Amino acid sequence: MAEEVKLHSFRGSPYGCRVEIALNIKGIKYDFIQEDLNNKSPDLLKYNPVYKKIPVLVHNGNPISESVVIVEYIDDAWKGAPIMPVDAYEKARARFWAKFIDEKFIPAIFKAFVSHGEEQDILEANEQLQFLENELKVKGNKFFGGDNINLVDICAGYIAFWAGAAEEALGIEVVTRDKFPKLTEWCHNYTNCQVVKDNLPPRESLVAYYKWLFGKE
Amino acid sequence: MAVKLLGIWQSPFVLRVKLALSLKGVEYEYIEDDILNKSSMLLQYNPVYKKVPVLVHNGKPMAESLVILEYIDEIWKNHPLLPEDPFEKARSRFWAKFVDDKFVPMIIRMLRITSDQKDNAAKETREILKTLEGSLDPNKPFPEDKSLSFMDIAIVWVGYYTQMLEKMLDVKLLDDENTPLLNTWFRVVLNLQVIKECLPPFDKLLTHYTNFHERHTTAS
Repeated sequence: MAEEVKLHSFRGSPYGCRVEIALNIKGIKYDFIQEDLNNKSPDLLKYNPVYKKIPVLVHNGNPISESVVIVEYIDDAWKGAPIMPVDAYEKARARFWAKFIDEKFIPAIFKAFVSHGEEQDILEANEQLQFLENELKVKGNKFFGGDNINLVDICAGYIAFWAGAAEEALGIEVVTRDKFPKLTEWCHNYTNCQVVKDNLPPRESLVAYYKWLFGKE
Repeated sequence: MAVKLLGIWQSPFVLRVKLALSLKGVEYEYIEDDILNKSSMLLQYNPVYKKVPVLVHNGKPMAESLVILEYIDEIWKNHPLLPEDPFEKARSRFWAKFVDDKFVPMIIRMLRITSDQKDNAAKETREILKTLEGSLDPNKPFPEDKSLSFMDIAIVWVGYYTQMLEKMLDVKLLDDENTPLLNTWFRVVLNLQVIKECLPPFDKLLTHYTNFHERHTTAS
């Protein structure tokens, strides 16, 4: 049976990009279905009735939602070019950091953007970033995944590209470069990976979008 | 001992880990921590969240109950918790995450709810439970001790703690009209031997959270 892979997403979404990067790592061909978030398709509502959000991956008619769940699914369903570590403990650590990024870090940095760089908010975002900086320092590798990117790198991608675009839009610095040398180096390495480079949205459109989103017109 | 579990008796997240270890017949040392006076061990093992549960296996600590469950499932191969099929696995992970993302903030809110906000919050909780009911396959038999899965462990505590909230706040959450399948599922699964053995005593839980609620809703 021919494989059918569709991705309902929105160009520029950091969560949608996670899925595209994972599909790229595995070399999977897929149809990208651009969703209008103000006019969601009946298919999207059918495939993700719980959250009604993108991204949703549909593999041979089976829908999967939630970006981290999708990335792990991609790793389970297609062998070769592993995204998750092999060792059970390393896997647990990868899942832990992915969860941390989504539950602690991204909300903290988003708050700093919403407040246009309120000092307390930047401080809190930096506190969360320090954990990730330490993780890179301790491991001493190019990526969170070692020589190759893994689930954590994919989730942390927000820092490498989207955070910078939001900072530019608002004219603020949240990811204080000199405070986080390992992360800064990681950002550069990450955005230069072929599988990542090919999937990043145009920076100017993202900056313009963030200017609108955070009310800095 | 090779396996240590840091926990607090009232935590549903600790309960999840206890269930997984129990189902797999894993021997472990349980260490009760003090939520008001966190041990240096906890702060050392989980500096990011400073929370239980923390599982320590051969000196290596890990946190976050669902992450721990997956680890346990990989290390101890008997009584597999997650399905083999990638799509079914993804389904299990999705619903476990749903409970954490939607139900947990709701229960946190309910534990501090004032009487004027109660009915609204109860309505929202019933909606979340209705959605959760969608995770159940009406054609599938109810789980037994020997077939309890990752998803069952991730969800079962919701029934117990919801019953506790109903008593504490005098609200209807597990409405047989709203969620008949879910209610039956909870009734059956909460009665399973291995589950009953791990649940904290209901009255102790009710007293504990009633006091908590009073402390957080009484003007000082």
